[in-house]
Order: sequence, then C-alpha cells, then structure tokens
Amino acid sequence: MSPRITLATAERVLLQLRHDPRTLAMVVVVPCLLLVLIKYAFSGQPGTFDRIGGPLVGIFPLILMFLVTSITMLRERTTGTLERLMTTPLGKLDLLLGYGLAFAVVAAVQAGIVAAFAFLVLGLDTAGSPALVIVLAIANALLGMSLGLFTSAFARTEFQAVQFFPAFILPQLLLCGLFVARDQMSGLLEAISWALPMTYAYDALDRVTTTGPLGGEGLADLGVTVGATLLALVLGATTLRRRTA
Amino acid sequence: MPTQAAISIDQLRVIRGGNEVLPDISLEVERGSITGLLGPSGSGKTTLMRAIVGVQIVAGGEVVVLGEPAGSTSLRSRVGYVTQAPSVYSDLSVRENLAYFARVLDAPRERIDDVIASVNLGDHVDQVVITQSGGERSRVSLATALLGEPELLVLDEPTVGLDPVLRQDLWSTFHRLAEEGVTLLVSSHVMDEASHCDRLLLLRDGALLASESPEALLQRTGASGLEDAFLRLIEHGDGETG
Repeated sequence: MSPRITLATAERVLLQLRHDPRTLAMVVVVPCLLLVLIKYAFSGQPGTFDRIGGPLVGIFPLILMFLVTSITMLRERTTGTLERLMTTPLGKLDLLLGYGLAFAVVAAVQAGIVAAFAFLVLGLDTAGSPALVIVLAIANALLGMSLGLFTSAFARTEFQAVQFFPAFILPQLLLCGLFVARDQMSGLLEAISWALPMTYAYDALDRVTTTGPLGGEGLADLGVTVGATLLALVLGATTLRRRTA
Repeated sequence: MPTQAAISIDQLRVIRGGNEVLPDISLEVERGSITGLLGPSGSGKTTLMRAIVGVQIVAGGEVVVLGEPAGSTSLRSRVGYVTQAPSVYSDLSVRENLAYFARVLDAPRERIDDVIASVNLGDHVDQVVITQSGGERSRVSLATALLGEPELLVLDEPTVGLDPVLRQDLWSTFHRLAEEGVTLLVSSHVMDEASHCDRLLLLRDGALLASESPEALLQRTGASGLEDAFLRLIEHGDGETG
C-alpha cells in the first residue's frame, strides 16, 4: 500500500465524477427533492417531517453512495482496468481506500448541502445539532459506499448490480425502524434487524433527531456503523483477486 | 542459457471454464527481442499472456519472468501489459488517464509527453477517451503501458483496427524499444505481422506448433510465405517435429 497511489486513485475517481456533471447534480438534487416531497406529503401530520426528516437526511446519502459505488466498481471490473491495475504496483487497499477517500469527499459535500437545504429551506427542526446530523450522514454515506464496493463483486452485469439495491438495501431500510418501531415487529424480524448495519445508522440519527445528544448508546451506534464500514471494506479487499480464472 | 531468458515457461497447464486451454506448454523468450505470438482466435494466446503477467490462475507448471516467478510484486513495475480490449478509463481524457497511471507506476511526468509522442496521439490528448475511435483508444492503452519504461512488454493484439500507416508506425516503435533492450511479446492473428518479429511462437489449440525465426520457419516448411508455412504446419498436425 502506498499513500501516493491511494491519493492518485482518489483524485482519479473524483475526476471521473467531474466528467459526469449530471450524476453529480443528481447526487445533491435528488435527496433535496425527495425531502420536499416528504415534507408536503405529511403536511396534514405536523411533527412527522421533523421526526423522519432528520434520519432521512442521513439515509439518502447511504442509498445513493451504494448505487454509485457499486456501478463504478463494477465498471472497473468489466472494462479491464482492474485487471490492468492488478499488474501494476497498486495494492488492493490503495484501490479501496482511494475510492473511500473520493466518495467521502462527495459524501461530505452531499450531506452538507442536503442538510443545509433541509434545515434552512424546509425548516427541519431536530432536537440535536444539525452538525451532528451531517457527521452521521457522512458516516452513513461511507457505509453505503463500502457495502456497494463489496456487493459489486457479486454482480457480473449492471442489471445485477442495480438489483442489489432492492436485495441488500431495501430490507435494511424496512427493518431499521424508520417505518415501524422495531419493538413492534415480529420477534424474528426484530432479531434480524439487530444484525443489519443500517439499523444502527438509523438509530443514531433517530436519537439526535428526537432526544438531542448522541449519548453512550448513540456513540455505540456510530461505532457499529464505522465497524460495519471497515468490515465491508476488508471483505471487499478479499474479493479483489490478482489472479482470476 | 535459462538465466538469460526474459520469459521461461515450463510445462504450463491452464484450465478455464472446464476446458484445458493450455494442456502443457514450455517455451522461452529471449531478452531484447520481439517475439510474435501467432495463432487463430481461441488458440490460447491471451491465456498464455495472462499467465505471463501473473493474472491467470494456473493449474500447473512454472512461469519465470525476468528471473522471478510470474506475478511477483517486484515484477509489477518491470512488466507492461496491454489487454486486447483497451483498458483505460473511457470517461477521462487521454492526458488524465496517463497522469493517473504515471502516478501509480511512479513514472516522472515528462514521460507522459514522451509516450504520447511515441504512439502519435499528439492532437487528441485533451479528448475524453469515449469519444475516440477504436484505434485511438488502443493507442492510449498502449501508451499507458509504456509509461513505466518496462523491461518486458506483453501486448495482446495491439494493432487490431489500426490503418496500415499507423501499424507501420507502431512496429517501428516496437523495433526502437527492442533496440533499447526491451523485450516484447506481441500477439496477433494476422500472419503478415509475423515478418516484423525476431522469433515466432505459433500456437494452435493450446499447443506450440513452432518456435523459431520467420526465416527458419520458411526454410523448414519450404513455404513461400508465413501464412502458407502456418497452414503446412497445421496439416502436419504434430507440432515441432513437423
């Protein structure tokens, strides 16, 4: 592993995104528009937007980063650039950390703009500080990124890769507590939800939204989120093979 | 002189998708030479090249490249590999692609202009690769491999889709590199490229039919041209003894 190659890779990924301004615009605009939809869809239920808006500011980056990274990584695998890189001094971690750094920058910008829009334009009101929501949103974006990098290894085509969204992410979204409080689910589903990383990501956001400070349990949630991110990165590294059949 | 060989392969066996693509192949490639790897599509050329650059899972045998086992970490800056399909980032410009690979290979920035010149890409450096023709893309891919000044260049069909003038230009580039001491292994399924090579490896169904200079091949088979020589070898069907 070398910092030179890691940084070069991060810059290269950012440069690729810069050549695709439409994707960059969508990464920022789509979450903002969805928040507008949610605000006015719940206009008859005061308080609902404040309750779910905070968590959603943090969960949209996770979803988008998952999709963007899984497709980007799949392209790297299918266009032969990965094979070429594997014949160069580039280490597997250089590649994964390079992606991680690049998307962390994108995630920070995305989370910052989406949070600013939600708080300043839509009047989102959370118990905890907006800065904490942004920090959690960035952590979630990184979780989405590393899950995307990992799952892209199991897709042969773009069609398969996009279907990992309903297969991997939607169940986590349904069980994380956003739609139904987890203690009201069937016991089996509640047990399963404990094993899903998005549960912890949501829980931390929910704490900041409804009670304010992160607290010990919130910190533990953040720890699990970061741990799951690192685990997915390490698992992702094991799916990168120098030699293939 | 086995220590002199740039590539030395002993009883290599490769199975891909249940097929024995290379049942048992042994060969040597001299340093500072241009070796042509010729044979029809599906004869195992790409698999052999992948084994040499160390990205192919092999079932048996030994591949030694520049004195090290193929795929060794120390070889990654000494061997350049150009895949058949251009493997560059199509959403980046030529210069951006080269700048990235230069940093990966720790090549000085001046090399970027050198390699652009050596593959005649001067007018197109700020163009995004996806907007370029197939021939231009394959030259970007080749330029990328030249960045690190490798001792061994493994080129899989580098001249496919190029017009005759460009093909001629590329072959002069290859000859110049060989004169500087670079070893080149160049695959092709077009026999008329064979005359540019110092040595030929003829591959068919994963077996080596010949390993000699173009002149020796013509003499041995009594053929008038290399295409004809290859056909005669295939008719004999029994490889080296043919």
